[in-house]
Amino acid sequence: MASGKELEVIKGSKVLMVGAGGIGCELLKTLALSGFEDIHIIDMDTIEVSNLNRQFLFRQSHVGQSKARVAREAVLKFRPHINITAYHANVKDPDFNVDFFKQFNVVLNGLDNLDARRHVNRLCLAADVPLVESGTTGFLGQVTVHIKGKTECYECQPKPAPKTYPVCTITSTPSKFVHCIVWAKDLLFAKLFGDRNQDNDLNVLSTDANDLSKQTEDVFERRSDEDLDQYGRRIYDHVFGYNIEMALANEETWKNRNRPKPIYIEDVFSQKQAKQNGIADQNCGSENSGISAMSSLGLKNPQDVWSLFENTRVFLEALKLFFEKREKEVGSVTFDKDDQLAVEFVTAAANIRAASFGIPLHSLFESKGIAGNIVHAVATTNAIIAGLIVIEAIKVLQNDADNYRMTYCVEHPLKKMLLMPVEPFEPNKSCYVCSETPLSLEVNTNHSKLRDFVEKVVKKKLGMNCPLIMVGSTLLYEVGDDLDEAMVANYEANLEKVLAELPVPVASGTMVSVEDLQQELTCTINIKHREEFDEDEPDEMVLVGWSQPVATEKEDKSVSNGGEGTSDAAGKLKTNDNLDETEIVPTSEIVSVVGSKRKLSELSNTDVKEVISTVSSVHSSAHQMEEINDDEDDVVMLDENPEQAKKKR
Amino acid sequence: MDEEELTAQETALYDRQIRVWGVDAQRRLSKSHVLVSGMSGTIAEFCKNIVLAGVGRLTLMDDRVFSEQSLLANFLIPPDASEHCGRSLAEICCDSLKEFNLMVRVSVEKGDLSSFDAEFFDKFDVVVIAGCSLTIKKAINEKCRKRPKRIAFYAVDCRDSCGEIFVDLQSYTYLKQKGEDTFEHNMQYPSLVDSIAVPWRSLPRKATKLYFAMRVIERFEVAQSLRPGETSAADIPSVLELKKELCKVQSVNESHIPDRLLERLLTHPREHPAVCAIIGGILGQEVIKAISCKGDPLKNFFYFDAADGKGIIEAIADYVSS
Ligand SMILES: [Zn+2]
Repeated sequence: MASGKELEVIKGSKVLMVGAGGIGCELLKTLALSGFEDIHIIDMDTIEVSNLNRQFLFRQSHVGQSKARVAREAVLKFRPHINITAYHANVKDPDFNVDFFKQFNVVLNGLDNLDARRHVNRLCLAADVPLVESGTTGFLGQVTVHIKGKTECYECQPKPAPKTYPVCTITSTPSKFVHCIVWAKDLLFAKLFGDRNQDNDLNVLSTDANDLSKQTEDVFERRSDEDLDQYGRRIYDHVFGYNIEMALANEETWKNRNRPKPIYIEDVFSQKQAKQNGIADQNCGSENSGISAMSSLGLKNPQDVWSLFENTRVFLEALKLFFEKREKEVGSVTFDKDDQLAVEFVTAAANIRAASFGIPLHSLFESKGIAGNIVHAVATTNAIIAGLIVIEAIKVLQNDADNYRMTYCVEHPLKKMLLMPVEPFEPNKSCYVCSETPLSLEVNTNHSKLRDFVEKVVKKKLGMNCPLIMVGSTLLYEVGDDLDEAMVANYEANLEKVLAELPVPVASGTMVSVEDLQQELTCTINIKHREEFDEDEPDEMVLVGWSQPVATEKEDKSVSNGGEGTSDAAGKLKTNDNLDETEIVPTSEIVSVVGSKRKLSELSNTDVKEVISTVSSVHSSAHQMEEINDDEDDVVMLDENPEQAKKKR
Repeated sequence: MDEEELTAQETALYDRQIRVWGVDAQRRLSKSHVLVSGMSGTIAEFCKNIVLAGVGRLTLMDDRVFSEQSLLANFLIPPDASEHCGRSLAEICCDSLKEFNLMVRVSVEKGDLSSFDAEFFDKFDVVVIAGCSLTIKKAINEKCRKRPKRIAFYAVDCRDSCGEIFVDLQSYTYLKQKGEDTFEHNMQYPSLVDSIAVPWRSLPRKATKLYFAMRVIERFEVAQSLRPGETSAADIPSVLELKKELCKVQSVNESHIPDRLLERLLTHPREHPAVCAIIGGILGQEVIKAISCKGDPLKNFFYFDAADGKGIIEAIADYVSS
């Protein structure tokens, strides 16, 4: 138990917790037990069944309710006399502004996404409130302390970018199961059940684009004289048979690759004497969760890997069920990992495609993990990390700066340690978030529009939410509720203008000021005109001084697996928000830390090597235990970064 | 391997953790029976973790009744004394734990664990004890070791912002992973008696000071017939005296055990909730590993001290002469 002085500081403090998920539940409990009496907690999420194995404050009966509110109630049961204020809201809401943050002695993050973490980091810097940041995946976890001017901020080091895949890999030359999943989910599923007007690369495989686009319209439209069985079979033959034949026609592609084999429904069904798909229409409830191709086909175990025949039946049955039972939704369905029928369809489609390309098939359970970008989570790691957060928070409240630590929780002991403390790093002097370093932007001011600048630089790269853009004292663009119509029209018009033709021309040497009022973050960007851009600079803009998230594959056009996109194509193909209820740890930070020359407290050079091998072995064991995850962001990043780390050294 | 399938309900509930340790491990967990004795804050954390993870059965032992002390670091005990009228801590905690996971059978066993004969332990796969004297720890560890089947034994102790875990898996074989390979690996664990009998001077210089400090206090409590944690600042002079003696007998320098550390452990013998979460988390993880035979188990002591933030494995077992 805490000493008297410590307890006094704890009792007198006011803390803000962001996130009431896996780490949040543990944290709220440990804070309450430790004597904290004024705790505010923000979380926009509601409770799901798959949370219950670790978010121990929630019960089956709470499913669908606010995490923040239920967590509050649960903790008040064992600590009734403390104050817990729950907000069922997004931390990015304008209500949570700098003044709101200023009322707290410390902010504790238990968040699940990069965006919100960046946002809270900026508000903490602006309000000058210490931040304790955390993350976990599986048995790995970390806690870091961020104090303005004293330690690095959350954004001082580049964060890993989500994995993306080149479009042609997805549309024509898949070599891994994840490629098939992305194809099934972001292209085929989106085409059949989502918004048909959205651009979709499903048929990008022929040389004659014009001819094909006409044809495509016909193919996916259900004909008036067609019943659902016929329609399903036609789609099947088209995407798994005809399209593969078309792709095979392009000999160049297959010179150094295994040629895929077209699959037609007749081939699959002729071997088995099953002409009729589906056993019987079972009584399905009106809820989506009750509609399942698996159950109408009598398939029970989600861990089983289905044969090509079974996958074909699931494909046809799921397609039929979508049109029969969920007809109203067709045209607006987006993939959701908790939508059983959607997962069934995507699993089957990915498996059939995998069979065609000679890629091993996977179970529904595994496919769901890949398609939903599900990050593994266990209660124990969250509990340990929450304990470490509280220990750091107490130090922060006592201003015990010499003893601040960032702590890694590792799976395989390093120097006998499972919990490894490291001295926090100093702020990165060229961090555009916590230092005054100016940025510069290379751009063709005669080609790029203000809209490109806002979308690709201000929002995507700088992570601003409500930007305001100025040159000198002239406002070029802003976002807000209190703007009058004329201003809105004016800004809209500006968005469509190229930079050089704005009311105040933006040209080489112009200093553009970009500000986010909510985050209280201002950046000055020095413009440099440049005529030509390379193929690997698809934005036709290069932001210098900004640390690029580490990309894994450099392609001019790419598709992300439902994660944050890094290109236009990815943006359009994005069908769901990943990591919606899981915790992530940018594990690669362990490596980036090691790779840099900064001192690891109490660790020598040999230890640094050990850290790298530990991280690699963490990776390889994770890889083995969870083969399905070989392409997930966090794991892949580990793969990439040790190389970089080595190079730096 | 048993081919029994997990139910759809289990698959949905355990989805995220199956993605970490696999279906086989989940199945083994759901067939295991764990005994805990001593409902401390650390044990409450541990129980929460393994109930959430989905062990088959959990039996709780602690006949003490509710007191203000008992709820300090234990979130399983509602603070309103009037609700508890005469019920034991094990019974109160049992009610709370049941709610965490309806698929786990949580029950209470009454009586004094040290008075149970050795056959009693046969139904358990794992035995975890907290708040027991050295004498009882040794006795129960020996009983577990003498049974025909392997019973994993753990003893935990948290004081001030420090924690200790002792592990005895006897002869333990599991699937070890090295790079891309998986192979059977056997580990031999010594008993608590043999472990703490290792002469201090034969242990490495860098061995954590907490190990020695805990041995001194443990001895002191046995000599004074105190329950673990019943010490106070008043005991400091006698404990420092005992430390001097022990260091002499063991022929190690007195600086091996800083007075300041002993003072901390004696003055604030109560548990620190954050440390309970950490020790309870590590212990939960180790028990899950031992049941599922997956992952490298720690051997054979673990220490955490919030003062330096290190979570250290101390392999005293490596210095036991066979
Ligand atoms: Zn920074």
